[in-house]
Amino acid sequence: MIPAADQIKLYRQMLLIRRMEERVAEMYGEQKIGGFTHLYIGQEAVAVGGISSLNHDDYVIDTYRDHGHFLARGGDPKAFMAELFGKATGCCKGKGGSMHLADVEHYFYGGTGIVGGSIPIAAGLGLACHYRGDDRVVMAFFGDGATNQGVWHEGLNFAKLWNLPVIFVCENNFYGIGTDVRLSSALTEVHKKASGYGMPGYKVNGMDVLEVRKVCDEVVRLVRGGAGPALIEATCYRYQGHSMTDPGRYRARAEEELWRKRDPIPRLAKALVADGITTDERLREIDREIERAVEEAVAFADASPAPAVSALYEDVFAERYPSDPHA
Amino acid sequence: MREIRYYEALNEALAEEMRRDGDVFLMGEDIGLFGGTFRVTEGLMAEFGGRRVRDTPIAEAGIIGLAIGAAMAGLRPVPELMTMNFALVAMDQIVNHAAKMRSMFGGQLNLPITIRAAGGGGTQKGAQHSHSIESWFVNSPGIRVVIPGTPADAKGLLKTAIRNDDVVLFIEHEMLYSARGPVPEQEFLIPFGVADLKRRGTDVTIIAWSRMVSEALRAAETLAEEGIEAEVLDPRTLDPFDWDAVYASVARTGRCVVAEEGWRTVGVGAEIAARVQENLFYELQAPVQRVAAVDVPTPYAKGLEQAALPSSLDIVRAALKVTT
Repeated sequence: MIPAADQIKLYRQMLLIRRMEERVAEMYGEQKIGGFTHLYIGQEAVAVGGISSLNHDDYVIDTYRDHGHFLARGGDPKAFMAELFGKATGCCKGKGGSMHLADVEHYFYGGTGIVGGSIPIAAGLGLACHYRGDDRVVMAFFGDGATNQGVWHEGLNFAKLWNLPVIFVCENNFYGIGTDVRLSSALTEVHKKASGYGMPGYKVNGMDVLEVRKVCDEVVRLVRGGAGPALIEATCYRYQGHSMTDPGRYRARAEEELWRKRDPIPRLAKALVADGITTDERLREIDREIERAVEEAVAFADASPAPAVSALYEDVFAERYPSDPHA
Repeated sequence: MREIRYYEALNEALAEEMRRDGDVFLMGEDIGLFGGTFRVTEGLMAEFGGRRVRDTPIAEAGIIGLAIGAAMAGLRPVPELMTMNFALVAMDQIVNHAAKMRSMFGGQLNLPITIRAAGGGGTQKGAQHSHSIESWFVNSPGIRVVIPGTPADAKGLLKTAIRNDDVVLFIEHEMLYSARGPVPEQEFLIPFGVADLKRRGTDVTIIAWSRMVSEALRAAETLAEEGIEAEVLDPRTLDPFDWDAVYASVARTGRCVVAEEGWRTVGVGAEIAARVQENLFYELQAPVQRVAAVDVPTPYAKGLEQAALPSSLDIVRAALKVTT
């Protein structure tokens, strides 16, 4: 049973991500945000359920659809919005943008824009845990599309070969950009791919945060105990297109509506009230608090300065030499 | 001073740095039980065990990816790509991940990774196993490129690379592993970005690295017989690069030849020639000459391979062109 206070926290985090993402879409429309921007709306239960099962110093690594995980990991909403605005106060000083959010202080090792690219890196984080003999684990989030990349298979092989403490979490939203998983993957049930590497594969309903949390709690416990890596497939759905520039014409309206009916946020709200954990009134209060937090983040990002041009020459290397580019 | 081989110098550097820092570990194909394809890691598994000398699957992108993750968590991995040819398999992890992460995350983390790889041709290994593609990595910001041409430089630079907090590509040369040279017995390090004058001369500056250093020195001997004194300058690291040393030498001699084993077009030599003329146009007595590989996939047949790759004779010809 997940403690009541934790359940409220799950609700709060999912709602924060949802409201932030809605504002991100607006800000993109106002051209305050540029480049590729991939929204997480619809998939909130996976990041929130999965990350909440970790300790604060476990490692989390991600792909380019990284907004939700950054926030679920405890990243500062202001630094998040400022990063998307390309401001000096952003979590990566405005150098990363939507696809490359990172927050090392919270052990969030960021988003990579190359599908599957983070998977061997996740195994490397696991190798560090193993090397040092500490009891940390790694949680790696990625999409169904990543599971057809070569490095995905290399990463899983390494992880099992060396018994590394890595939980691979596939957010199967059934589309790699606009291509149906049935057109891209010989085996569409991603969790079954775990058997190719002799590791356990789990399937969870990624639209139910309590189920995600419950399964992740158990898998994290096993992996932390030395059981070796595991693969979790969380089926879910992104309500928006692949990125802000994708109108999503490849999906049937009926399919979208079906998934929206499974929305994880009202689902949890209903359960919280029915179980007597909270009241409708308290939930409305949380709504208002989150709206304030979102407004503060936008105001902060708006008021923040752009990076100085001199920042161009910083952060590339830890150790600088005279031949490096300089102002 | 004692003389040891290039591979022995590298082996000493690895062992010394592993004794010094418990966070340093090696991973690669056949580096442990087998002792390394070129014997560089010989004996290290016996001393340090399988935890710190890790035999890996043949999965180069994975090897570099794991090194990145381990470095993110604060370790100092020294992955070996058996040869530079396989860096192509790992290109996305090297160039698009390792080299960019510090910058794109706003400097939040360091990636102290030293990627070792054997490069070069000249041993009839054919088109897919004869690469000198250092220019590709010099053209990718965020990664240091170190390319020693002597046993002493190999040892001193590898120790510096392992202690460096950034991503370093350390390119060895297959034909140099058995080369002997003086290497001090006491500990020493060689800093990045400091070129080494391998021979002093007054008439022409020959800039060469890796295997081309010995070819350039041979060429200088031949030129000396003709009364031409060539200066041989080895930058030793291509990123960072000791431009001051190049400009100082060329300003003295007024003539410049760049010798590299990589392909001519858009090679490192092209960049050096461009910068020399930008900075020393009025000091130059003759156009900068490039000696490089012919722009074709390296063929197998001995005669064809020799014709494709540059040699001391090509360097002599280039030097004569600018001095006579």
